[in-house]
Amino acid sequence: MDLEKLENDAIDGVAQLQKQLVDYSASLFEEAFLDEQFNQLQQLQDENNPDFVVEVVSLFFQDAERLVNELAKALDQQCVNYKFVDKSVHQLKGSSSSIGAQRVQRACIAFRNFSEEQNVEGCVKCLQQVKHEYLLVKNKLENLFELQRQVVAAGSSLPR
Amino acid sequence: MLKSKNATTKMMALVVDDSIVNQRIHHKLLENFGIENQVVGNGKEAIDVHCSGKHFDLILMDMDMPVMNGIEATRMLRAMGIRSTIAGVSSHSSLSEDTKEFIEAGLDDYQEKPLTPAKLVSILHKVNLHV
Repeated sequence: MDLEKLENDAIDGVAQLQKQLVDYSASLFEEAFLDEQFNQLQQLQDENNPDFVVEVVSLFFQDAERLVNELAKALDQQCVNYKFVDKSVHQLKGSSSSIGAQRVQRACIAFRNFSEEQNVEGCVKCLQQVKHEYLLVKNKLENLFELQRQVVAAGSSLPR
Repeated sequence: MLKSKNATTKMMALVVDDSIVNQRIHHKLLENFGIENQVVGNGKEAIDVHCSGKHFDLILMDMDMPVMNGIEATRMLRAMGIRSTIAGVSSHSSLSEDTKEFIEAGLDDYQEKPLTPAKLVSILHKVNLHV
């Protein structure tokens, strides 16, 4: 058994995973799924709170799901309460901006324009768009966190 | 008799925001700066916590909140004689009418969301001037 080869293979494996992570992360920024605010979040994380980013992102999705459901109900009413719609979209825009989910934030901005015009069809289309964007970024972030976990696991299993 | 803050007095902050996402982020931001902080979900809770006898060196006040918004809460705190540093934190542009009303309600500073460490440093400078 060639221990040196095994060690080198393990180190190569980690390097490969790390490269995968860096490339994937870069693509999320390039495609505007995430923006600078997400970097700010990552910088807040430390050894005392190693799951901080995952926690905040989960809170965001919890909140987003609630707001999207409430918006769907509100837009389904005979007489749409646009004040409520506007408030809810504003909230969603705020929280997506706080985690750096840029495309969700942009979709919310478009949504607010239709809400101001009291255009129910436009609003319904925008709600679909918002839902689409937040499901996309949810998936991307889950992949990112999984990659991060793999890198940490691989790194910690390296022979010392 | 001069009342002065000694070196071991820790700074206490209050986060007033209805968004669970922002609550978590602002709590951590302050924590990272070594600032102990409490979190409440709207303007009325901010008033209540002061009525229960608590005092804060810094209050991070969101604008749009249910039950009682940031403008009303700031006005009420000032009317109650609270002289703590109140920094308005909101997603409205600093030029909007709402922001002007917010500032006139008694803010010491205003920062656009999302809050970053750099913005918090700028707010903290205002807190030191208050003593």
